[in-house]
Amino acid sequence: MTPRPRLAVWKLASCDGCQLSLLDLEDEILTLAGEVELAYFLEASSDAREGPYDLSIVEGSITTAADAERIRRVRAASRRLVTIGACATAGGIQALRNFADVEDFMSVVYASPEYVSTLATSTPVSEHVKVDYELHGCPIDRRQLLEVISAFLNERRPAIPSHSVCMECKRRGNVCVMVAHGTACLGPVTHAGCGALCPSYDRGCYGCFGPMEDPQPDSLSRWMGAHGAGELDLVRAYRTYNAGAPAFREESIAHER
Amino acid sequence: MSAERRTLLTEALARVEGEGAMYVRIAGTDVEEVQLRIYEPPRFFEALLRGRAYTEVSDITARICGICPVAYQLSACAAIEDACGAEVTEPIARLRRLIYTGEWIESHGLHVAMLHAPDFLGYDSAIALSRDHPGIVERGLRVKKAGNAIVDLVGGRAIHPVNVRVGGFHRAPTRRELEPLAEQLKVARDEALEAVRWAGALDFPDHEEDYRLVALTQPDEYAIEAGRLASSDGLDLGPAEYEEHFFEEQVPHSNALHSRLRDGGSYLCGPLARYGLSSGKLSPLAREAAADAGLGPVCLNPFQSIVVRSVEILFALDEAIRLIETYDEPDRPAVEVEPRAASGQGWTEAPRGLLYHRYRLAADGTVEEAKIVPPTSQNQLRIEEDLRAVVAANIALGDDALRLRCEQAIRNHDPCISCSTHFLKLEVDRR
Repeated sequence: MTPRPRLAVWKLASCDGCQLSLLDLEDEILTLAGEVELAYFLEASSDAREGPYDLSIVEGSITTAADAERIRRVRAASRRLVTIGACATAGGIQALRNFADVEDFMSVVYASPEYVSTLATSTPVSEHVKVDYELHGCPIDRRQLLEVISAFLNERRPAIPSHSVCMECKRRGNVCVMVAHGTACLGPVTHAGCGALCPSYDRGCYGCFGPMEDPQPDSLSRWMGAHGAGELDLVRAYRTYNAGAPAFREESIAHER
Repeated sequence: MSAERRTLLTEALARVEGEGAMYVRIAGTDVEEVQLRIYEPPRFFEALLRGRAYTEVSDITARICGICPVAYQLSACAAIEDACGAEVTEPIARLRRLIYTGEWIESHGLHVAMLHAPDFLGYDSAIALSRDHPGIVERGLRVKKAGNAIVDLVGGRAIHPVNVRVGGFHRAPTRRELEPLAEQLKVARDEALEAVRWAGALDFPDHEEDYRLVALTQPDEYAIEAGRLASSDGLDLGPAEYEEHFFEEQVPHSNALHSRLRDGGSYLCGPLARYGLSSGKLSPLAREAAADAGLGPVCLNPFQSIVVRSVEILFALDEAIRLIETYDEPDRPAVEVEPRAASGQGWTEAPRGLLYHRYRLAADGTVEEAKIVPPTSQNQLRIEEDLRAVVAANIALGDDALRLRCEQAIRNHDPCISCSTHFLKLEVDRR
């Protein structure tokens, strides 16, 4: 019998939601657990085994020196490393500190900041180690996670569409919330994957899957501006869960002046 | 003769949400130190919310926790609506209760079947457990899935739902959309009833704690999405009075703040507190199942929390079915919420217990100040006291067995470290 591939799941600074997606695969998780050796998945098992691992899945961003060091050890022990979610791929909502003074942030939350150790920035894993694949979303879509795991275990490229939410929305047959109602919507610049959820629930996309490839947000910003969005609204729109993704970061800064 | 020193350390607790450790130090028969150390890195939500629009808070605070995002969304909405003097309509309030039942089922379902059950049956994980007892785990997963189906339909997705907003929802589901869900929930309710019987028959250590129970209560229903705070020693508070009676302090060993009562004492929130204060308000089916599973009207054995959680799952399914059957589609999915310069407080019963939010808004609705007190911060001190008692009661056990028992004592309270960061590392240091 050939040994089963060894899978590890890691958590850095995050809300747990992306790794929870794995446990939310209620119909598939036991089958998946039969196909792989779950060598390290602390949220699910106290049987934590040493590496090396064939595939490491990483949730969360780097916000402490200890985690920056830990991710290097994880990388060294992993043949392939995939990051999942907005925290791991763009720094997450906690990357809002990158636009502020972290000392100020600490003093707001903690009476004795000296007990707390943190970095001035929240950064994606790819800024620290080589990443083999990034799966976007806040949270990720669990079907896409299953596809990525299957692909890596079978040595093929994941079939994850790279177009915009806008395309998904049209395919779903939604009435465009921007055109019909003038609602601000990041759908034209946002990476597909959610299935155009927000417009299907009568609201504009808020960009939780981060920028698509070559998003050209300046053109969208002009449209939103013409429909009543002020500069502060635009800064806030781009500065959420993927605030640290370069295209959104640049666009938010452009409207800050 | 010098006392033998022992240290028990679990550097990374398993089967909890987030990153924490346990430290216990024993000298002879004295428990010298117990710590639940939370080293989950802080994310500074209370700071990063400053300057955001009042309409963004529910989506942003959802990201504190992937397991209980609805709790954050609805506590945030309650606080902001309080600040703005807005009140939602009864149909919107009922729909909020419905989506919240889904989160209780999903979160408790995860804990009962995947995180806690392995402790009682001697396995490292539900996956290992499922090889010998597939029925237990598969049933748990189906029940959990039913909870996710509620959040998915009402909220748009199970994790960080998109449909909740200040004032209500972006879009209210139609009766036709909800009806098929009720059928799925009825099947799950039968399985949840079996699960209560199964949980009641597990072996529990004989252990009771003298808890001060704190939970929201309602006059005529089991509190979920609203209520007044009650305690086993007679508190009766509205949200505006919370901070007069409870405070948070920082301790060196944890990135989670510890909450205490003003008199310095600890308290317990969560399933045992809700059940102890309101078991009479459960649905008849849930009440009967609880009695059949051996629970009295109050349960003070933390190891039996798995039974109480199972009862709450059954109740939540019953309640969700009732809410769907009596669903009154709102005329408008949300009420208008006009911002004003004011402060507001709000709270709800997250799966792990009371979740309090306070915001101060500027006239244009910009958040000037935010305060969030998650259930695990409130329970942290009490969890450490449980640990101390469990160590003292089991001091004759060898290190490995005692460490496992201690870890189980922590998991009894389903701590959510991601939420609490402002949580826990337990070592046992026996000298």
